[in-house]
Amino acid sequence: MENLKEFNVDGTVYKTELTKKFESRKNWERPNPKHLHSFIPGTIVEIFVKEGQEVKAGESLMILEAMKMKNQIEMPFDGVIKKIHVEEGVKVPNKMLMVEIE
Amino acid sequence: MSLKRNILDLRKRKEKVLQGGGEKAIQKQVAMGKLTARERVTSILDEDSFHEYDLFVEHEARDFGMEKKQLHGDGVIIGTGTIYGEPVCIFAQDFTVAGGSLGLMHARKITKIMDHALKMRVPLIGINDSGGARIQEGVNSLAGYGEIFFRNTLASGVIPQLSVILGPCAGGAVYSPALTDFVFVVENISKMFITGPEVIKTVLGEEISMEELGGARVHSEITGNAHFYAQSEYECFEQIKKLLTFIPWHNGKKAKAFPPKPPKPEYKIEEIVPADPTQPYDIRNVIKAISDDSDFFEIMENFAKNIVIGFGRMNGETVGFVANQPMVLAGVLDCDSSDKAARFIRYCDSFNIPIVTLEDMPGYLPGVDQEHMGVIRHGAKILYAYSEATVPKITVIIRKAYGGGYIAMNSRHMKADFMFAWPTAEIAVMGPEGAANIIFRKEIMNAEDPEAMRKEKVAEYKEKFANPYVAAAKGYIDTVIEPEETRNMLLHSIEVSNNKVDRRPEKKHGIPPF
Repeated sequence: MENLKEFNVDGTVYKTELTKKFESRKNWERPNPKHLHSFIPGTIVEIFVKEGQEVKAGESLMILEAMKMKNQIEMPFDGVIKKIHVEEGVKVPNKMLMVEIE
Repeated sequence: MSLKRNILDLRKRKEKVLQGGGEKAIQKQVAMGKLTARERVTSILDEDSFHEYDLFVEHEARDFGMEKKQLHGDGVIIGTGTIYGEPVCIFAQDFTVAGGSLGLMHARKITKIMDHALKMRVPLIGINDSGGARIQEGVNSLAGYGEIFFRNTLASGVIPQLSVILGPCAGGAVYSPALTDFVFVVENISKMFITGPEVIKTVLGEEISMEELGGARVHSEITGNAHFYAQSEYECFEQIKKLLTFIPWHNGKKAKAFPPKPPKPEYKIEEIVPADPTQPYDIRNVIKAISDDSDFFEIMENFAKNIVIGFGRMNGETVGFVANQPMVLAGVLDCDSSDKAARFIRYCDSFNIPIVTLEDMPGYLPGVDQEHMGVIRHGAKILYAYSEATVPKITVIIRKAYGGGYIAMNSRHMKADFMFAWPTAEIAVMGPEGAANIIFRKEIMNAEDPEAMRKEKVAEYKEKFANPYVAAAKGYIDTVIEPEETRNMLLHSIEVSNNKVDRRPEKKHGIPPF
């Protein structure tokens, strides 16, 4: 036994080793509705809006092509585009911040 | 006229096929640090026991210039042989022949030997070393995979199915091993993934090596797809042979019995376990202290290490051990450890292997990531597997048995046949600290010295409930035993469970929380 750490389960502190998987788990963060993230890895083929532009809910912001499917990324609610973090032609991983809304 | 000419002709034909993909391709295979398919088969089987079939099979592809290509044996070797004198069916993909790619006839050879294994009720060993589908054969190749997967499912729980990954096994091909009972991987040689590094790079721009994406270590530590990890092919073959000594040839049989042997004297059970339930120890030493010759054959030893599973023998007979590991994550149950244990329990139940459960765990792992990963449905698998199992089921509670974990770990309520507890057992809804904080919340809050009051109440709860006697008073455990008595109690309870009959409602099949 090496590398014993303190580990709390329901108020009791145990001496134990931890696993790599446990130690590298991500802390949960409350999702910010004003941040739009990619939901699948793919390529941004077209962007229809500019920073500072007012956009109505449901309008298409861009097309994210993934697995041979062109996905429309829609505006979730009325607002202004604060920042666009992607460009046409770039590849995006999953869960990447693409657009910030004001 | 003599037969000589025909015999010579046969020999010539055989010789040609036995060259596989030819000298150059074999040199390449060797340069990759790999044995050839035939060397693998003969190393696993008893000497001179291998008999090959379908060696003259040829593909019928007529597109993309395939009609001009002769692929010996169509890239796979099938046959029968023996291991420790007992018959097995085996196939080995030959990477030297068209990269071991799977075409229609290649798949037909595999399904032929699978059908044979199932009909003859003998184990099936599959050696995977293939670049994947033979694209020139189009949908015929996909059909081939489908036929293999279907047979894997039919044979599941009837005969043992072992998958040995000795090269690439990519794309759809991975689902045959995934459907089988045990997957063996070897460092630097095994590569398993659905989508390879090249596609990932093209689509995502992420660069990752085959080894990092789906190498032996990844599958034995992170994904849980592999059950046995070895440094070399020869070590892997030894693991295969050892595993086969512990399991029966089919689900209508019991595993072969060996001469009984006592545990080794260096494993002193009383000295292994600390009395303080917050202090760790290696549960595998307890298993070694109670099993024949202290021989414990661990399965998935690098994945979800907070639970330990594997085979040992008691009085010469195979038993499956499921044990919480206090040394890792305090032995909590979580998504991965539930998956790991549940599948093993079902294996033992399918193949008539009694299950011994050693319990020492503080409950389910708390945390958002666990909840969101679905610890509810994953955790439910353990409950399902134990409840469903009708083989002899015996539990020894060593120290902590708290909350949902107490129920899940083969409790009386899951219909354990025998429940034993050490005097150090704590059977309760939760640990004393947590319980006291809830039950005596007001008293603690209103006390002049809340910390002192908390300590007092924790002690009070400990005294009352952190023991095996409350559960024993209700008959939820059968008896409290001294640690030294553990092996004898287990031997006895397995013996008296020998003719166990436990019938369940008839159904097509249940709906486990897969």
